[in-house]
Amino acid sequence: MATAQTRNLSRLMMAPAVIVLLIWMIVPLVMTLWFSFQNYSLINPMMTGFAGWANYIYVIGDPSFTQSLVNTLILVGGVLLITVIGGIFLALLLDQPLWGQGILRIIVISPFFVMPPVAALIWKNGFMHPGYGMLGHLWKAFGLQPVDWFNQFPLFSVIVIVAWQWLPFATLIFLTALQSLSEEQREAAEMDGANAINRFYYIILPHMARSVTIVILIQTIFLLGIFAEIRVTTGGGPGYASTNIAFLVFRTGILSNDIGAGSAGGVVAVIIANIVAFFLMRAVGKNLDA
Amino acid sequence: MKLTPIFVTAITLALATSASAQTLTIATVNNGDMVRMQALSPEFTKATGIELNWVVLEENTLRQNVTTDIATNGGQYDVMTIGTYEAPIWAKQGWLVPLDGLSADAGYDVNDILPPIRAGLSYEDKLYAAPFYGESSFIMYRKDLMEKAGLTMPDAPTWEFIGQAARAMTDRANDINGICLRGKAGWGENMAFLTAMSNSFGASWFDENWKPQFDQPEWKNTLDTYLSLMADAGPAGASSNGFNENLTLFQQGKCGMWIDATVAASFVTNPKDSTVADKVGFTLAPDNGLGKRGNWLWAWSLAIPKSSQNAEAAEKFINWATNKDYLATVAAADGWANVPPGTRSSLYANADYQAAAPFAKMTLDSINSADPAHPTVKPVPYTGVQFVAIPEFAGIATNVGQLFSAALAGQMTGDAALAQAQEATTRDMTRAGYIK
Amino acid sequence: MARSVSVQAKAGYTIAAWVIALVLFSPILWVLLTAFKTEAEAIASRPTFLPETFTLENFAAVQERSDYFKHAINSIVVSVGSTLLGLVLGIPAAWAMAFAPTKRTKDVLMWMLSTKMMPAVGVLIPIYLIFRDLRLLDTVHGLTIIMTLINLPIIIWMLYTYFKEIPVDILEAARMDGAELWNEIVHVLVPMAVPGIASTLLLNVILAWNEAFWTITLTSGRAGTLTAFISSFSSPQGLFLAKLSAASLLAIAPILLLGWFSQKQLVRGLTFGAVK
Repeated sequence: MATAQTRNLSRLMMAPAVIVLLIWMIVPLVMTLWFSFQNYSLINPMMTGFAGWANYIYVIGDPSFTQSLVNTLILVGGVLLITVIGGIFLALLLDQPLWGQGILRIIVISPFFVMPPVAALIWKNGFMHPGYGMLGHLWKAFGLQPVDWFNQFPLFSVIVIVAWQWLPFATLIFLTALQSLSEEQREAAEMDGANAINRFYYIILPHMARSVTIVILIQTIFLLGIFAEIRVTTGGGPGYASTNIAFLVFRTGILSNDIGAGSAGGVVAVIIANIVAFFLMRAVGKNLDA
Repeated sequence: MKLTPIFVTAITLALATSASAQTLTIATVNNGDMVRMQALSPEFTKATGIELNWVVLEENTLRQNVTTDIATNGGQYDVMTIGTYEAPIWAKQGWLVPLDGLSADAGYDVNDILPPIRAGLSYEDKLYAAPFYGESSFIMYRKDLMEKAGLTMPDAPTWEFIGQAARAMTDRANDINGICLRGKAGWGENMAFLTAMSNSFGASWFDENWKPQFDQPEWKNTLDTYLSLMADAGPAGASSNGFNENLTLFQQGKCGMWIDATVAASFVTNPKDSTVADKVGFTLAPDNGLGKRGNWLWAWSLAIPKSSQNAEAAEKFINWATNKDYLATVAAADGWANVPPGTRSSLYANADYQAAAPFAKMTLDSINSADPAHPTVKPVPYTGVQFVAIPEFAGIATNVGQLFSAALAGQMTGDAALAQAQEATTRDMTRAGYIK
Repeated sequence: MARSVSVQAKAGYTIAAWVIALVLFSPILWVLLTAFKTEAEAIASRPTFLPETFTLENFAAVQERSDYFKHAINSIVVSVGSTLLGLVLGIPAAWAMAFAPTKRTKDVLMWMLSTKMMPAVGVLIPIYLIFRDLRLLDTVHGLTIIMTLINLPIIIWMLYTYFKEIPVDILEAARMDGAELWNEIVHVLVPMAVPGIASTLLLNVILAWNEAFWTITLTSGRAGTLTAFISSFSSPQGLFLAKLSAASLLAIAPILLLGWFSQKQLVRGLTFGAVK
């Protein structure tokens, strides 16, 4: 089907994007790899020279390394769970005949337009603060002791904030998928006498499988690097309770000004991200006939 | 893509506007005194013709941006706002331009700068940063609650008295906490307070061989006292409270005492924001009879990075922002109570200032009682009161701060936090080459 | 099209949907209301819903300290510019992948997406050094380049999945007719591709607008975007919530309005090929 000519043409059309992305990937990666084997402290110019594996040993030996690995997975998994289940539920609800459907949809997608640091600041100061946050006032109104969210449930609080930002995105994609489910398919199912639960399992869910895959894939790419929300709210604490890999890299590389160790952490983070991506593709990839 | 030409034009315009002749880029913290400096700065431009490009950022972001820039010789800034921690370290690396012009200027009167602050901003007897405002820490307390508890605040209280008073003032039913202290993790947050506090308990970060001291009884005593005090008399959620959160609590009348920066005094006595403005007393930070008090020393200061292309104009600006006339300018615009405190002896001799700021004398006494050259009871190889003046400290102390914050949140015991702090600090000091 | 449901059911669904929607919207509502309160009222221990004393002083204070319009224009130039640049690079690439796929097309796509997995904090110093040497620090075009590179994989992927839905036989027919090729492209292909391109454009403008790491670390005043604008009102000493809310409201308002008005276009292409 594709002639040699069209193949050459398509190569030519892809070339600019591929070359640009290659440079964008390779140059920083090579520099990071190079720094990761150097003694390089931003604030101590005396530290120089080849470091061997010392930076990697230092990062992997960090007391919070294992915990931040686990936290990363919990964070990604938790947000995915909330946004996928919540998104399907919300999409099903918004797909029903409703009064004010247009306005409702606008309201529901709004959180997606809020920049992450602002979202984190709103939640931290306006809602989750035990002294003057709205949740604190709500708890007090019911005669309860306000919850100190970021100290008692640090990781959960971060998950809530991030899930709030991504729920609209998932909902929108699911809603689009739902609405493409043809009326005949639904009616045929209703004629067959299938009840709502059966309809959901045998008609709707299989139809949405691809969009679930897409949501998981896209969100995972963004969620692996969650950073601004943690920095603004918990600072990775208390202890290391909400430190993920990205924040660990920030702490060693930027807060401690240790570029050698920070670069080693960056390389480790890339490797972990690719392992996650590999398993993700195996698990959900068959839904994508890309 | 018909829009591409528009986009190119937009970029060209953006480029064109960014290239003007004598413009200084000034990086500063978004605290009130700096914001006021920005508001008054058109006067400087009017007098000198030098345009100013302000970068006003939240403290942590600012610190990260200026550190990255100065260490990579990026040259984005002409004037940087730094503290007493950074100034001598950066001067030693050769990153800062010495402010010889200011020292030579009789009108600037460098000898008027408070000696402990000037010492903190100098390296090898040369001034590398000019103080914009200085602070120590002291106790702010509610006179009415103190009276209600049947106690009298001494001029120089001990930790024992503070513990007793805090527990006596606590009234959980009415949401009154005897004492509010910092708990939020960070080397400039809870560790500033705890390091200063530990000095008065005879503890230190390192011994003379740079061995971390968290396994010593003095630190255990410090942390146990802090944790039990906060458990008995501290507010809920204290482990995420920094300066601002405690300020809010105190202004709302929810704290009996608050040990924190002296600059807070003008906030808590300002009737516009504070519900307790007329009920606040001030006294020196507590001690334990060991000869050191638990107060710190800090000065937000202006410095010129070596990478600046406009060092001469930058020094003119620093002169304008930190000389005596600037204090008078602020006083004329916003009143004496709002001038940046803690930098000059002449301010504390000024009768107008003394009348406007009831906390003036206590602030001066606190600053003068801090001794960055000999911060601890035992001999140590470092200087700095609430910090250790080595480049690695910020990273290490942020880590330790996380652990102590977790202990305050009840996620681990004080002993476990100290053990982990000892381990982590040993690891980092070994890596940095202090421990052979 | 609307399915027949009893009025009671419709009312039930409506109430449930509105309750959930308002809960999700409440943080934004909080910003909206707090922006018009005084600082003291914003953190009062007895909270108010509507501002007790409606004030615009926060907006005045914010504008006095930091030029909103300068930051907003930077945000617009960077987000729109990077998206257009991304489309220029992405449309040919996605088109080629969609219409002349090879065995490796899927791998190339996945590789492109994987370039997004490097944590930004891990490459800050390399990028900063490159920017310093290329004199791109604190420039709008430097930021535009970074934003283009960050979002290019998503742009290509979205376009690819959209183009793939365009029936290939139309193209084949066009080729056979020969002379009518141009006409076919203009009248058949372009109209079919436009919704996908439009929603790609919208999504990427949103993503670029909200990016808050590089826009803050690589700028110092001249090229600062609205994320840098926000950062100067976050957590100073003293009361700040009302001013921060005013600044936040100003920063998210343009993109919120864009999102609201273009919601239909955004949704049409936001399927990533998930809808058959």
